Amino acid sequence: MTLLAIFGVISSAIFSGTSLLYTTLGEVIDERSGIVNLGLEGVLLVSASSGFAVTSLTGSPYLGILVSVLAGGMMNMILGYLVISRKANQLASGLALMFFGFGLSALIGKSFVGTKINSLPRLLLPGLEGLPRLYTSLFKFDPLIYLVIPMAFLVWWLLFRTRWGLGLRAVGENADIAYASGRNPHLIRYQALFVGGMLAGLGAAQLAIAYAMNWTEYMTAGRGFIAVALVIFSKWHPLRAIVGALIFSAAVAFQLLLQSSGVQISPFLLDTIPYLLTLIVLIAWGGNRKHSAPASLGRVYQGSE
Amino acid sequence: MLKTSEIAPCFPILQNKTIILVIRYLFMILLAFLLFGIILLISGKDPLQSYKDIFTYTMGSAYGFSEVLVAMIPMLLTALAVALPARVGLINVGGEGQLYIGAAFATFGALTFSSLPAWLLLPIMIILGMLGGALWAFVPGYLKSIGLVNETITTLLLNPIAPKIIGFLIFGFWHSPMDTVKTPNFVAAARLPTFFGTRIHLGLVIGLILLALFWLFMKYTRWGLEMRAIGNNAQAARRNGIPLKKYLIVVMCIGGAIAGLAGMSQVSGFYGVLLLNFSLSLGYMGFMVSWLAGGEPLGILLMSFVISVIITGGNLLQLTRGVPYSVINLLLAFTVFVVLARPNLIKGKKV
Repeated sequence: MTLLAIFGVISSAIFSGTSLLYTTLGEVIDERSGIVNLGLEGVLLVSASSGFAVTSLTGSPYLGILVSVLAGGMMNMILGYLVISRKANQLASGLALMFFGFGLSALIGKSFVGTKINSLPRLLLPGLEGLPRLYTSLFKFDPLIYLVIPMAFLVWWLLFRTRWGLGLRAVGENADIAYASGRNPHLIRYQALFVGGMLAGLGAAQLAIAYAMNWTEYMTAGRGFIAVALVIFSKWHPLRAIVGALIFSAAVAFQLLLQSSGVQISPFLLDTIPYLLTLIVLIAWGGNRKHSAPASLGRVYQGSE
Repeated sequence: MLKTSEIAPCFPILQNKTIILVIRYLFMILLAFLLFGIILLISGKDPLQSYKDIFTYTMGSAYGFSEVLVAMIPMLLTALAVALPARVGLINVGGEGQLYIGAAFATFGALTFSSLPAWLLLPIMIILGMLGGALWAFVPGYLKSIGLVNETITTLLLNPIAPKIIGFLIFGFWHSPMDTVKTPNFVAAARLPTFFGTRIHLGLVIGLILLALFWLFMKYTRWGLEMRAIGNNAQAARRNGIPLKKYLIVVMCIGGAIAGLAGMSQVSGFYGVLLLNFSLSLGYMGFMVSWLAGGEPLGILLMSFVISVIITGGNLLQLTRGVPYSVINLLLAFTVFVVLARPNLIKGKKV
């Protein structure tokens, strides 16, 4: 196995892990406010397809990213209406949102299958200019990749260092008490869902516009569900989400590495490694999980009449 | 919005609760179709003609109606696989994975014992399928019972693993000489019998019987009572001497076994062969059906019928009107959205 192959694998892990981290951050915000969004897969698909379509039509990837982000926010508003205003079951609403996303994204993306787009510029990782050309091409990343770690810190700051974040977490812990202390749980949950959806939209934009640069149906391939798992894995903490996304991408990279080095294991079994690893780490960390979950996660706030 | 409570006093008939319920359900479905009509219109299809097609096909012809019933079979079972664990407060989102593993186990039976007669082979396949599903549900059930990891997340994580195991088995061992994405066709003895020259198979009878058993079990047995006690307040139930851990594991495994049975009935009754990715989100649909129905047997029957009409009609639209199949997901989602937005209609549902 050559050094080049290893670098190639690391590079592809970074590319695929970025969208996952954005999505996970979005879900952290959703769940901190007390809402589980199982429809993330559908949100990602609609964001990816609409962003890709706009990029393809206008030729501007930045406009595409903007549309992706807004589409993500709007998709989460549908969920918000169901689970906040109509007080519906969160898991079932989320799955319905997923099916909605399957359908809508296929409809939007239908005429864009196979189209080529202008993508984002790719910038070399600073400090690596001296490397041979073959290597530097692996470490040219798009701006969204460079932004993802600062974004995790921004989300952390928002949640833990601002009044808005305090209110949001209070609603996630106990909406009645938050209401009694002058917060508006409905409004805060809508805001959390919108911001969370925008972050998921950013992840989808990175996936479709910056990384894959094409649109195929179901291109998110389960990322939404992985993000939901990673949120629990990272114990609802945006900075630990970085670790979670890293471990998951490393598992994906490891699996690619094994494949490229010609290990005689079925690729199907290798594909299960990231999921199994996440499961094992969850079990290993399981003991003190209860203390970190938002206390009213999944509960409906009935309102005070 | 139509508020039946406001106009009810003018019409005595509207004071009957069942009729109010029916009217509201009809209204909700109408709303869903209206939303979908807009989408159809945007994509350049005539909505009225499309709906006419759907209804004349699914309700107006015996064959079309039989296809609806065929589509209902796996949904009844996967919904039951969610509804039963929900009674003890377990949220089983893993129907999808359990269905796949059940199908894999049943396929193992069909390929290994293919020389056995049907009366012996089919029960073996059913037991294997249920075993597979139960095994896949045991992990989440056990982890939940010892208080380690929440079952929602483990069932979700196990879902994407199951189809990959199927892929491994098909490519590695089971693929037919002609094709690497499926097994050879099952022998006739490994197929569930079909009725009336349609594709309706024994799975429908099994599903209906299980649904009835579920109702009887919850209402008239000690175990049903204890399960309801756990569902209402697990800690209180435990302090009253109900073996909580045992119930959590066993009920989860039974739920998984039913989902595994759904997988078995799909490969044995419907396809007659094990395909890669054959499920098409049946497990998730079952979850929605179960929640829409509030976990009640009659509701499951009604909701899986409605969803099946949509899917069967969607297949038809795909053939005759060139509507892409995934757009059917939209109609499905609209229907579920509209029903979910009125949770107070489903009696006894606790959020």
